[in-house]
Amino acid sequence: MNWLKPSWQAVLAIVLCLIAVALGAIAAPKVDPLAQSAGTLIYPYAATSWLIFGALLLAALISMARMPSIVEAVVLFIGAHLVAWLLIGGIAGFEGLARAPYFLQLAAAWLLGWRCVAGLSSLRATAKWERTALRLIIPAIFGAWILIIWEAVTRGAGIPFILLPPPSAIGARIAGSLPVLGADVRQTIFKAVIFGYVVGSAAGFITAILADRVPFLRRGLLPIGNMVSALPIIGVAPIMVMWFGFDWQSKAAVVIIMTFFPMLVNTVAGLAASGHMERDLMRTYASGYLPTLIKLRLPAAAPFIFNALKINSTLALIGAIVAEFFGTPVVGMGFRISTEVGRMNIDMVWAEIAVAALAGSVFYGVVALVERAVTFWHPSVRGG
Amino acid sequence: MTGISPAVVAASKLGLTFQTNDGPVQALSNVDLTIGKGEFVSFIGPSGCGKTTLLRVIADLEKPTSGTISVNGMTAEQAREKRAYGYVFQAAALFPWRTIERNVALPLEIMGLSRAAQAERIKRTLDLVNLSGFEKKYPWQLSGGMQQRASIARALAFDADLLLMDEPFGALDEIVRDHLNEQLLELWSRTNKTICFVTHSIPEAVYLSTRIVVMSPRPGRVSDIIESTLPRERPLGIRETPEFLAIAARVRDGLRAGHSYDD
Repeated sequence: MNWLKPSWQAVLAIVLCLIAVALGAIAAPKVDPLAQSAGTLIYPYAATSWLIFGALLLAALISMARMPSIVEAVVLFIGAHLVAWLLIGGIAGFEGLARAPYFLQLAAAWLLGWRCVAGLSSLRATAKWERTALRLIIPAIFGAWILIIWEAVTRGAGIPFILLPPPSAIGARIAGSLPVLGADVRQTIFKAVIFGYVVGSAAGFITAILADRVPFLRRGLLPIGNMVSALPIIGVAPIMVMWFGFDWQSKAAVVIIMTFFPMLVNTVAGLAASGHMERDLMRTYASGYLPTLIKLRLPAAAPFIFNALKINSTLALIGAIVAEFFGTPVVGMGFRISTEVGRMNIDMVWAEIAVAALAGSVFYGVVALVERAVTFWHPSVRGG
Repeated sequence: MTGISPAVVAASKLGLTFQTNDGPVQALSNVDLTIGKGEFVSFIGPSGCGKTTLLRVIADLEKPTSGTISVNGMTAEQAREKRAYGYVFQAAALFPWRTIERNVALPLEIMGLSRAAQAERIKRTLDLVNLSGFEKKYPWQLSGGMQQRASIARALAFDADLLLMDEPFGALDEIVRDHLNEQLLELWSRTNKTICFVTHSIPEAVYLSTRIVVMSPRPGRVSDIIESTLPRERPLGIRETPEFLAIAARVRDGLRAGHSYDD
């Protein structure tokens, strides 16, 4: 048995596959709307049901043979994704008619995908490019399977479009509405979010320095700042709209209020982070307030400041989108979400959500990259 | 001051009382001390004897509550403002975001030296502590001994005549410590600086010093001052000579005497 290397995922996949075959058809037939004679049935998966079965069985069996992990991963990758593609392709026109074997075979394909990712994760890459490739491929397969299962289940089980549209429909909507989405991103992110984020973070930073320099500000301002941070955004947004009008300025104001406090608190904490010894050292050089601030205390505060910048990158996006629910010109991501929900265009809502998630991730990622470059010396970055 | 060497540090009736939550703590009491130019003075004593506090008073990092202190003929504060001394702490206290050469340049930047003058002094002081070739490294890429040497280079960089060292080798292992002690002596004889050196190691104090100030705790005070009879030229082997051991015995006696009322 030296050539055999069983895995529970592959064995379970074979079992599920056999049960599926025993249960019969993958999906129910339906009346052909184009046929001449009434009552003619058309059958799904007429050509592919045995192909699906064969691909699953073959991939599962081959994967258990003793061979290099990378070959096993490739076999599993091809098998799992071929089956998923055939299943999803075959259900077109038969939405909601899927039977148990459809889901069993989907589960089997998913198990093979799982085995594939598990095999890749345990690979010990040596070269740098291999590690980079693995770091990208593993989450990509993982993410792809979330979409595959979402797509297959919503279409196979015929989940109403209003509740949860399949990702393919969302993708089609994104591709078809690029000008609208682009205008919304421009309005919400490039105007309100960026402006509010920069002004709010800068104001928090400057206030923190002032509070550090002027003792009465530290005593008086910090508790009030604390209260500002507790203001409910839902309550503040309509007031800001009344003060600053319907356009992006009122959203930027909400973003400023939301981002101010995290920056204030973190910078104040960061300015206290430099050690006694280092501050004594600066004293022995007869260093004034400003040189000590620039050469010692701000660099030492950098990890705290970047923490605030990362927190603010997500807060700013949430703030701007929610604020748009309370009145905007007819453009903007929050405006689009609130109106398209009312018009039952759920795919458009999901398209905006996807764009917002993407924009938020990119925003956060850029800040995190800058952080790595600036605080390269910090143990959390240099690793040790 | 009389004699050939003017006083670099002169303390008289110096006292310092900290106000803590548990009431006042007398860290220094009635300290009289004069340190001449070119001396290597060690302060030795058990924890809490005020040796670090005394060094910090000289550096104007603490203010005395009684008595007077003068450094280079000025008050301690004026001396600090004039950057009269370099201070080496118990830990290297290098800034991790600066390379070794930028760390050494830190005091020079604050003093507003030109880039060219900075480069010249960085090179000279890093040579002095045998760290040439590590200019572009970050502190966390260096061993503990090398970090401490870099911090000594930083204290030397602006050419103050007085070097205050607060247990600079306390956290290092014995072999590295011996090596650094040797290098420090060599540096002292080459630059003719005045050095105040806090330690709790008797061999270290005897090996390095021209004068050993023995201190005792509660309240912190000077209990004995021992003039070393060892020559200025001191190979490591001198630590096995009878003369060395005799001085070490005197220091130990002084420490024990300071402790006697405690037992």
